[in-house]
Amino acid sequence: MNNYVFGLTMLVVGMGGTLATLFLVTLVIGALTRLFPVRPVEGAEKQ
Amino acid sequence: MSDAILNALGALFEGVRFLLAHGGPNLIMISVACAMFWLAIAKGVEPLLLLPIAFGCLLVNLPLSEVMAAGGVLKTLYDFGIGNELFPLLIFVGIGSMTDFTPLLANPRLLLFGAAGQLGIFITLLLALALGFSKEEAVSVAAIGACDGPTVIYVSNMFAEMNRIPTAMVGALAVAAYSYMALVPVIQPPIMRLLTTRKEREVKMPSPKGKVSKAALIAFPVVVTVITGIVAPKGLPLMGMIMLGNFLKVSGVAPRLASAAENEIANIATLFLGLAIGGTMAGPQFLTRETLMVFGLGLVAITIDTVGGILLGKVWYLLSGGKMNPLVGAAGISAYPMAARLVQNEGQRWNKHNYLLMHAMAANTGGQIGSVMAAAIMLSLLKGLGII
Repeated sequence: MNNYVFGLTMLVVGMGGTLATLFLVTLVIGALTRLFPVRPVEGAEKQ
Repeated sequence: MSDAILNALGALFEGVRFLLAHGGPNLIMISVACAMFWLAIAKGVEPLLLLPIAFGCLLVNLPLSEVMAAGGVLKTLYDFGIGNELFPLLIFVGIGSMTDFTPLLANPRLLLFGAAGQLGIFITLLLALALGFSKEEAVSVAAIGACDGPTVIYVSNMFAEMNRIPTAMVGALAVAAYSYMALVPVIQPPIMRLLTTRKEREVKMPSPKGKVSKAALIAFPVVVTVITGIVAPKGLPLMGMIMLGNFLKVSGVAPRLASAAENEIANIATLFLGLAIGGTMAGPQFLTRETLMVFGLGLVAITIDTVGGILLGKVWYLLSGGKMNPLVGAAGISAYPMAARLVQNEGQRWNKHNYLLMHAMAANTGGQIGSVMAAAIMLSLLKGLGII
């Protein structure tokens, strides 16, 4: 594989892969925060 | 008897003879070591790394030094912790335990800035190839765009161990990476001002939610580790160690381990890594045209990282109807928390009522994850292409 093809492959797949993977992580974080929401402290509720 | 005394005296001055005969490169590197001492001590530039690197550089460049010869102290440290990539990974455990991902979990969309902030890696890779570097050298140089010293050392040393790049290049890359990380406050602000309008810089962003449950914080490092293991297994040690450090911290049940990761382990690994990297900076091997090019390309890489983040910020600004301050994009690099503080300062400079810090911290921790993810993906691609 010549350097030109190699560089472009790394740019497209590497940058694209990084973006896509981090986008996937944002979705997962969204799911985690919905799955584990912040619960109000019991003491605070009583007050 | 007199001959013996003269011979003995001659042996004492052998170092001076060596310096006079072939010591030019060594003297230059000793001056470089002194410059690094000055930067670290007088200017406070990355002292934790620069001091041991500079001292290693001094030790290896003294005439007839054997510290990097077989059995020498720096060579032993190099083989023990750099040759097998152990020290950078131990530092990652420490970095993980020092990082607070709460702002990111409160505003996960900002993680995308962490991806845009890696543009410099891949553009620099193309440039390095165009300048005649081999594929492995180009990937190593491009890794400076990760803005993350341990990542650069991990990636470049992997190639050095395969004899695909010269060992001296690892030292040049490490020094370039740490120098530019320290220079982020000098490099970024002019780019921020150049690429944004005053109106954009003045955009006031609402305070983020800020609250995240402990369970989500605990699940996060585990989930990111699993995703990295599936998508980019070659980079799993990098992400795995950073997430291990964070997991120890957020779990809350192993404060001694978290403290050890953050303090003793990170400190010892930093000292030994710095010394061993300094040991690779022997004048005759270090002072090459390639080293100068590495420094030039490193600057390009970090500049393009900043440009990438800000450009995404500008697109976001347009799509959100002017609600996103594009300056936040500049924090999408791994220099934590320096880049976030810079964004906060720059935002307040143009609008005194603007508090961008939490948004910038989210983008900045996103940059940490993004840089490691980009390196992990790059290594996995290299494996897929049959290069490693």
